[in-house]
Amino acid sequence: MSDQLKNAEEYTSGTSRRSFLKQSSLITAIALAPNAVVKAAEEGLDEKIAAAIEQMPLNVTINGVKQNLKIEPRVTLLDLLRERLQLTGTKKGCDHGQCGACTVHIDGQRVNSCLTLAVTTEGKQVTTIEGLAHGEELHPMQQAFLDHDGFQCGYCTPGQIMSAVCCIREGHADSPEEIREYMSGNICRCGAYSNIVDAIMDVKQGGKKV
Amino acid sequence: MNQFTYTRVSTKDTAIAALAKDKTAMFLAGGTNLIDLMKSGVTSPERLVDINALPLATIEETKTGLRIGALAKNSVVAEDKLILKHFPLLSQALSAGASPQLRNMATVGGNMMQRTRCHYFYDLALPCNKRQPGRGCGALGGFNRMHAIFGTSELCIAVHPSDMCVALTALDATVLIAGPKGERTIPFGEFHRLPGTTPEKDNTLQRGELIMAVDIPFNKLADHAHYLKVRDRASYAFALVSVGAALDISGGNIREARLAMGGVAHKPWRLTEAEAVLKGQPATEDTFRKAAEAAMKGARSFGGNDFKLTLAPNTIVEALKTASGRV
Repeated sequence: MSDQLKNAEEYTSGTSRRSFLKQSSLITAIALAPNAVVKAAEEGLDEKIAAAIEQMPLNVTINGVKQNLKIEPRVTLLDLLRERLQLTGTKKGCDHGQCGACTVHIDGQRVNSCLTLAVTTEGKQVTTIEGLAHGEELHPMQQAFLDHDGFQCGYCTPGQIMSAVCCIREGHADSPEEIREYMSGNICRCGAYSNIVDAIMDVKQGGKKV
Repeated sequence: MNQFTYTRVSTKDTAIAALAKDKTAMFLAGGTNLIDLMKSGVTSPERLVDINALPLATIEETKTGLRIGALAKNSVVAEDKLILKHFPLLSQALSAGASPQLRNMATVGGNMMQRTRCHYFYDLALPCNKRQPGRGCGALGGFNRMHAIFGTSELCIAVHPSDMCVALTALDATVLIAGPKGERTIPFGEFHRLPGTTPEKDNTLQRGELIMAVDIPFNKLADHAHYLKVRDRASYAFALVSVGAALDISGGNIREARLAMGGVAHKPWRLTEAEAVLKGQPATEDTFRKAAEAAMKGARSFGGNDFKLTLAPNTIVEALKTASGRV
């Protein structure tokens, strides 16, 4: 077990935050407030206020950059990426795990970021479409999607590319049929499927490291 | 999504204690169904107890079979060498379910605990006895194309959506469960339940209990196993009807048969009568057709799913033909 995990063991969100708020709100109440506020604090209402805004620490590496964040437990990885870190390459399609537009890699595995609570990525490595290229040099899969016109509107494309990279890494890109099966978690409403399959076959047969 | 408190645990005992402390708490594993249900407002736990750090993700050989940890990912189990060798039916069923991304997240225990995908269950504006006991069932007289033909009640005709569970039912697996009162095991076929008068209960797991592992006993069915899933598109859709078939064939005769269906009942539907018809008989299409007829006894449809009365026996025959190598 890593030290990080050990430290996180039996960790409950908001514990310290909650006790801090309790103390500070009591002090504030006593110093400033009318009796009603003091009474509210005594009745534990501040507990409820604290719970409503409680934040959890999160240490996660995203595209090679260590992030030390504080987030609400209900924030999904997708919303963290897009709304907090401005990594808007990862797209929100259905937000229910049905379309694959939000596909990212966690510790090298493709997952739906819309169904992943960000707090569960503690200590992990996340890669998004922004982390795939090496500087100005596109990842072979990105280049292949351009070469084969593997998109029309482009909205599903980041998810398609992230998924396609893993499709090859997992060893499921040996035939167009196999690719279609193992890319079925990524929906393209423009219907660019045949070109997407061509792009993946091209990268697979080209033998470049993905 | 409603606010909740998040607790991370790393041992069985702290997990069980955390759930016992808070009546609205739920375990979080892969989250592929639970987070979706929370977003839809169908489920609103005030605390999530994250059990992903528990050491329950291994697949190991025991004296009598294989033990799969409850936190083993669906994708890992589907491609595990021991599983492929001994229980190809399970591998096929898992690979037929969900998408590669979801299989990377979803766990064995979570797969068992997933809720029905009945649209009336998911839509808060519509009546559903499973979501809100006493509210009525919208599917009975409504859109019920995906719904059950076996074991239904006046209150619920939803189906259990899992593929994996169909295979585990056919393979006579058992479930190892830990709870406040210690450990217990139950046959896989008794884990899920029929709706009866309490459709809100999907299974026989008690409040506060934790699924630890699934045990599958060794068998002689690995050479003739096939999972056939019929659905609205070629991949990434729930089953209209699915059949898990595994046979032990010697000299053209069936020594032992295991059959279970998905997409037809509130639980994975074991076909014991059909198995009895197959046992000792030659592995021919004629035998398979007789078994399918036996399997369909007691089936009842609700309008939108009338086609399942024809699709189900045909799927049984096709699965048996492929499993036996007599395509």
